[in-house]
Amino acid sequence: MRRFFPHPALSVAIFLLWMALNNASSLAHGVLALILAIGLPLLTRGFWPEHPPRVKALPALRLLGVVVCDIVIASIDVAKLVLGPTGRIKPAFIEVPLDLQDPFVGTLLASIVSLTPGTVSIDIDRSRWVLQVHALNVDDREAVIKAIKTRYEKPLKEIFSC
Amino acid sequence: MNFWIESLLAFLILAGAGFTLLGSIGLARLPDFFMRLHGPTKTTTLGVGSMVIASAIYFSVSDPGISLHEIAATLFLFITAPVSAHLLAKAALHIAQKPASEEDRPD
Amino acid sequence: MLNLAIQIAFAMIALAMVLSLYRMVRGPDATDRILALDTLYINTIALLVLLGINTHNSAYFESALLIAIMGFVGTVALSKYLLRGDIIE
Repeated sequence: MRRFFPHPALSVAIFLLWMALNNASSLAHGVLALILAIGLPLLTRGFWPEHPPRVKALPALRLLGVVVCDIVIASIDVAKLVLGPTGRIKPAFIEVPLDLQDPFVGTLLASIVSLTPGTVSIDIDRSRWVLQVHALNVDDREAVIKAIKTRYEKPLKEIFSC
Repeated sequence: MNFWIESLLAFLILAGAGFTLLGSIGLARLPDFFMRLHGPTKTTTLGVGSMVIASAIYFSVSDPGISLHEIAATLFLFITAPVSAHLLAKAALHIAQKPASEEDRPD
Repeated sequence: MLNLAIQIAFAMIALAMVLSLYRMVRGPDATDRILALDTLYINTIALLVLLGINTHNSAYFESALLIAIMGFVGTVALSKYLLRGDIIE
């Protein structure tokens, strides 16, 4: 099984993406999607990191829900700040110390932080595992750090068990 | 077309255009680069996302069969927006830190 | 109702593109201009998707997808150039 599907998640993603791009219109596209889903991971096997991460489905779905809600809240937040007087906005650079030490999960966290309210991630320092973020309007630095850690980092650690 | 679906479509399209406009207002109004980064990354992405979803619903309802390729585009937009924001922020930091004498010496 | 919504949305997106263009012309730094260009790409995607709904033609969508991909690659290449002074290392 492992010989033909070195990256099961990647295979499923390719299959679904191909079906979506062709509107799941015919059986022929299904066969083509199956060929691509088996062939591409085999051909690109050498380029992928050694161990495909194991994902826990239930916490992942819960995090996805939280993130989708937060994206909407974030946009409304930014909209309010943009339309109001710009002189009163208090931006700040904040350093968030991370508990997780995995490049892939770190990247995921940085992307989520960029899309969610108040913060855009600037840089990950991989020697100290510190995430540098820019907050648009901040009253309390500790609250921002705590929000990122409990809302996104803890579920991510649970999902990838790292 | 059904009245409720039409209202939903109108709402999604107007919300999408509104958020797109707000993102650009943020880009034009806010005073420094890192603040400007917030508008396009969050607001504009959500605006285009909602407009693309409206397109998916419209073509699913009005044509035979369902229209799924819009979902792939939405996913693509939401994955790439933070990545380009991150790279731009890094570039801005790099320029801000670089002393003037090293201007034309790439490292 | 849908037609009216689409007309209003066209006007809003056109205004958004003007504002992005203003930042691109004005922008004090190179990064500001790249960010404005990226926003302009995303606005164009919105415009094309809207045009597709308006003319009831799903072919516009393919071009929107192309612009999305090209825009992302372009933004990454330009930021990489600012970051390293070189695109391909």
